[in-house]
Amino acid sequence: MAILEAINPALTAGWHQPDAWHMDRDSGWRLKDYEARGGYQALKKVFTDKLSQDQVIAEVKASVLRGRGGAGFPTGLKWSFMPKGAPEKYIVCNTDEGEPGTFKDRDLMRLDPHAVIEGMIIAAFAVGAVRGYNYIHGEIYELYQRFEEALAEARAAGYLGNNILGSGFDFDLFAHQGYGAYICGEESALLESIEGKKGQPRFKPPFPAQVGLYGKPTTINNTETFASIPYILRQGGQAFLDLGKANNGGTKLFSVSGHVNKPGNYEVPMGTPFAKLLEMCGGMRGGRKLKAVIPGGSSAPVLPGHIMMDCTLDYDSIAKAGSMLGSGAVIVMDETVCMVKSLERLSWFYYEESCGQCTPCREGTGWLYKLIHRIEHGQGRPEDLDLLDDVAKKIMGRTICALGDAAALPVISFVKHFRSEFEYHIEHKQCLVPPDVQKAGSTFHTRLMAGATC
Amino acid sequence: MLELEIDGKSLQVPEGSTVIEAAHAAGIYIPHFCYHKKLSIAANCRMCLVQVEKAPKPMPACATPVANGMKVFTHSELAVKAQKDVMEFLLINHPLDCPICDQGGECQLQDLAVGYGGTAARFQEEKRVVTNKNLGSLVATDMTRCINCTRCVRFTQEIAGLMELGQAFRGDRAEIMTFVERTIDSEISGNIIDLCPVGALTSKPFRFAARTWELSRRKSVSPHDALGSNLVVQVLHNQVKRVLPLENEAINECWLSDKERFSYEGLNSQGDNGRLVKPMVKQGGAWKEVDWNVALDYAAHALRDVAKNQGADALGALVSPHATLEEMALAGKLLRGLGSDNIDFRLRQSDFSLDGQRNGTPWLGMKIADISALDRVLVVGSFLRKDHPLIAQRLRQSAKKGAQISVLHATADDLYIKLFAQAIAAPAQLPALLAEVVKAVAHAKNATLGAEFEKVGSGETAQKIAASLVAGQSAGILLGNLAQQHPQAATLQRLAQQLANLLGAKFGFIGEAANSVGGHVAKACPQQGGRNAARLVAEPRKAYLVLGAEPELDCADGAAALAALKQAASVIVLSPFKSAAALEYADCLLPVSPFTETSGTFVNTEGRVQSFYAAAQPLGETRPAWKVLRVLGNLLEQAGFDYETSEQVRDDVLGGKPEFVAGLDNAVKAGALDLAASCSGIQRIADVPIHFADPLARRAPSLQATKDAAAPTARMNPALLAKLGIGDGQSVKVGAGGTALIAQLDAGVPEDCVRIAAAHAATVALGPLFGSLKVERA
Repeated sequence: MAILEAINPALTAGWHQPDAWHMDRDSGWRLKDYEARGGYQALKKVFTDKLSQDQVIAEVKASVLRGRGGAGFPTGLKWSFMPKGAPEKYIVCNTDEGEPGTFKDRDLMRLDPHAVIEGMIIAAFAVGAVRGYNYIHGEIYELYQRFEEALAEARAAGYLGNNILGSGFDFDLFAHQGYGAYICGEESALLESIEGKKGQPRFKPPFPAQVGLYGKPTTINNTETFASIPYILRQGGQAFLDLGKANNGGTKLFSVSGHVNKPGNYEVPMGTPFAKLLEMCGGMRGGRKLKAVIPGGSSAPVLPGHIMMDCTLDYDSIAKAGSMLGSGAVIVMDETVCMVKSLERLSWFYYEESCGQCTPCREGTGWLYKLIHRIEHGQGRPEDLDLLDDVAKKIMGRTICALGDAAALPVISFVKHFRSEFEYHIEHKQCLVPPDVQKAGSTFHTRLMAGATC
Repeated sequence: MLELEIDGKSLQVPEGSTVIEAAHAAGIYIPHFCYHKKLSIAANCRMCLVQVEKAPKPMPACATPVANGMKVFTHSELAVKAQKDVMEFLLINHPLDCPICDQGGECQLQDLAVGYGGTAARFQEEKRVVTNKNLGSLVATDMTRCINCTRCVRFTQEIAGLMELGQAFRGDRAEIMTFVERTIDSEISGNIIDLCPVGALTSKPFRFAARTWELSRRKSVSPHDALGSNLVVQVLHNQVKRVLPLENEAINECWLSDKERFSYEGLNSQGDNGRLVKPMVKQGGAWKEVDWNVALDYAAHALRDVAKNQGADALGALVSPHATLEEMALAGKLLRGLGSDNIDFRLRQSDFSLDGQRNGTPWLGMKIADISALDRVLVVGSFLRKDHPLIAQRLRQSAKKGAQISVLHATADDLYIKLFAQAIAAPAQLPALLAEVVKAVAHAKNATLGAEFEKVGSGETAQKIAASLVAGQSAGILLGNLAQQHPQAATLQRLAQQLANLLGAKFGFIGEAANSVGGHVAKACPQQGGRNAARLVAEPRKAYLVLGAEPELDCADGAAALAALKQAASVIVLSPFKSAAALEYADCLLPVSPFTETSGTFVNTEGRVQSFYAAAQPLGETRPAWKVLRVLGNLLEQAGFDYETSEQVRDDVLGGKPEFVAGLDNAVKAGALDLAASCSGIQRIADVPIHFADPLARRAPSLQATKDAAAPTARMNPALLAKLGIGDGQSVKVGAGGTALIAQLDAGVPEDCVRIAAAHAATVALGPLFGSLKVERA
């Protein structure tokens, strides 16, 4: 996917329009291009203005930048949790972008890797880290290579290493390639994975700010979060906040997929109406009716189209509507979609990706998938819907990490908002949406699974 | 202290406590699977979810630290619902095959399912099946039953020191397995059977042998290493079916070594190398099973005749250090009644120069539990992990908490302990190596040393160890089996004593066998200048009384012991077992009870008196050895042999039943140090492999099928192999007799040394544990 459009771009300003299928034709991502559009000015400002660590953190706090990985935790606050004085601290970037529907970090890493590097250096300075890692998802190896190239450029230019820009600050940054496990996007599992262990979340507390990578204080942020830092330091926290709306600072990348005319990444200010985003995407494909939207990546509860059309794109509005802004992955579904089949696919994902550590998720995700699979294949029983809801709720809030909740939320919301479709499936052993309608709506079906409908 | 309230009960707990610890201290049970007090917190089973006031979600009690003023509800509606929900998840893929599961009746999942499980399953889908794994000869697997609590994984990593198990794959496909089809080779692996809260890991030797509720349980004490681990011996139809640990924080904690756990198989051994169940006498070269009175008469006559005709000095007794205090005491009394002081239980020792120089009974020098409190430890001459698995385990935990553990030894075996420093030297150079440390410590302390130290330098490692010891608050020096068996054991002891004095540290011996301290107390060694174990072998006697030992395997020089026994006119063997060797050299075999069939006492290495009762009836015509010796005493018309019970014998020896024996003291009178290396050529390093160390372990088939019981090889470092022109895996001829062995490359063996295990039939011909050996290509 590629960036198509933006409103008041902060992150994507100056990006070159890429060719979706040809990475080798990309331009504008190298150090000289980044510097030409004001890159590394923020870092230089930190050093020339002799900003203190606290001043940098205060600026980030003022921006009300909230974590772009999905949880939306205020970044400045997170940085301020790092203990002062500890000799060995780490900064880690989470580029393990594995949530279905999310593809923003991938474009960021592809078209603007130096923004991530600059953001990480500033963050490292702010929290006093001497070493950083960028954990890159296993399925985007080419971006791992690109990041290594960018790191080499930054090192050669003196942005990384000892005594950065003569400031006396030492910091080095390394790329770490993951192996494609979704769970490694969970911050503590990611740390385990960097340490060379099986990627499984740790129990919290202690939080990474106390006991993180190799047992040392560690700050972990999402790629987009780091990429937002240079703007904040260059233009000021207030300027970033003003791009968005109160308590939801800045602009954000939204990865729009599904039944729209122009799927892709869009940078819009926080608080932009969903309707506006849909319009930027060229509207619904084939002019069909909007049925449902998953607004924040596959783990966010689904919202019926009409509710979504009234939402603005910010943490608070979508939370009020009963879902989550999450990572900003907007999955748009039109009336040709069978909700049972889509839930089956989602549940398969969580069943596949549950790490197997704690009981409710390990056992529950399999149970959920098997139940939905049965309903989808005409073997459903009337009591299954209540059971489905009950099993999902038994996983919720009982697990070590959020994957359990992530698996349960789609199930609960699909059944809640589209119960009649599930009931129809159970009663009639077939789908409410006729097969030919499904086929007509899905290029995926027609192209890869000719005729495979329910 | 923190205050909290659990289920309305107010209590105070130390800072850093978790909710589950607080609850258990208050006697409130919180259901759990993955939590274990000796293991790290995993919080993965989620069974211990409880309600905490103000927390929006139920919290895992095992991982939730107590905060001041916290209010916890373990049986509230929210808590019980969470617990029941987790139980439902645990059971959906569990096979529920309790009727055919060995864990049935002692299964945590089964027990808790009664309280928290549903009456019917709502899960109507296909269940998960997991293929079983081959973990070796000790642990059986039924992995479909596994609930992935990872206790076994954490045990191997944290307690046993090597992560032999791990959880592979994800989600409900997750499986506990070893690394690429390996077996579990830890010497304490059996503990994972106890730890497993379900029937996934069960005992292979015990498999399908009995249901747990059929077994009667008896407390007992391990007859193997010097720890004296506390046991629960489980018996059915008068046969020992299983041995489990009896928790004793001061000794074995809640663990057992595999030897202690599985050696019971030897109790039920049969055949020519198995249990001896009838008295036997050799007549005209042929063995005859006879009645007890005939056999006892024969034995009494034989001993009396030799004493009368050849003099009492022609008698000798070799007593197993695994024999009970009572047996040792009566054997000593019997022999001295006949006029001989030629008795010893220190069969593998070779240096007896300190006899008569000691202030008291040599012992550990501290309580076992005190080992865990030491912040600096120097272990000298010990195959620690195999000789004393649970002491190694204690030190492993100490090292994790920051204690600095250093080792001086003849091999660089991996102890799976984070060592501070390790120095290896050929056995003959070991005293010099220890002297280096003494000298460095003396230098640091500005103390003067004797003239012997003038030529002693101090190598880098010795200085490092010395600096570590000097900087510590509480240091301990532990002498292991190799140091005790060493030809210069006296020098090693004197050096250790000197070092301890310089440091204000404790020092002592990690006793070799169950009654290594008890033997001294029972006076089963020369008291009036009699022949010690080495002389009993080197200066053959006319008649021997052998109690519980197999001298060809249990003595410092097995070949010489065998020759001595073969030339004797009469050898009276009291043993629970037959052996081909005994059938050859003995003329009277008296079947005596192993530890499970007799009452008795072991005095462990810290001097603790541990008496036990029989767990089963004696097999066949077997009789407790103390009774046999008592009757022999009667037949020989000796005074003081009218004991009615073994307790009377013990009380006679100890003056009652003290908790610890009196007179424990490692100090010796001042004497010369022998620091000169006294061996040239290729030196032998002889380890006594864990499962060959005593007659009982040698007869346990499952133990004999482990990697630890592999046939002895000739292990040499690459330099020596190259010098001899031998390749790894090639055949070699060793010793004067040309014993055929396979050469094995082992970089952990010092230069010009060959490591060949003792206590094995294949290496008896090599003779002494120490000294030089010829090695050449076969």
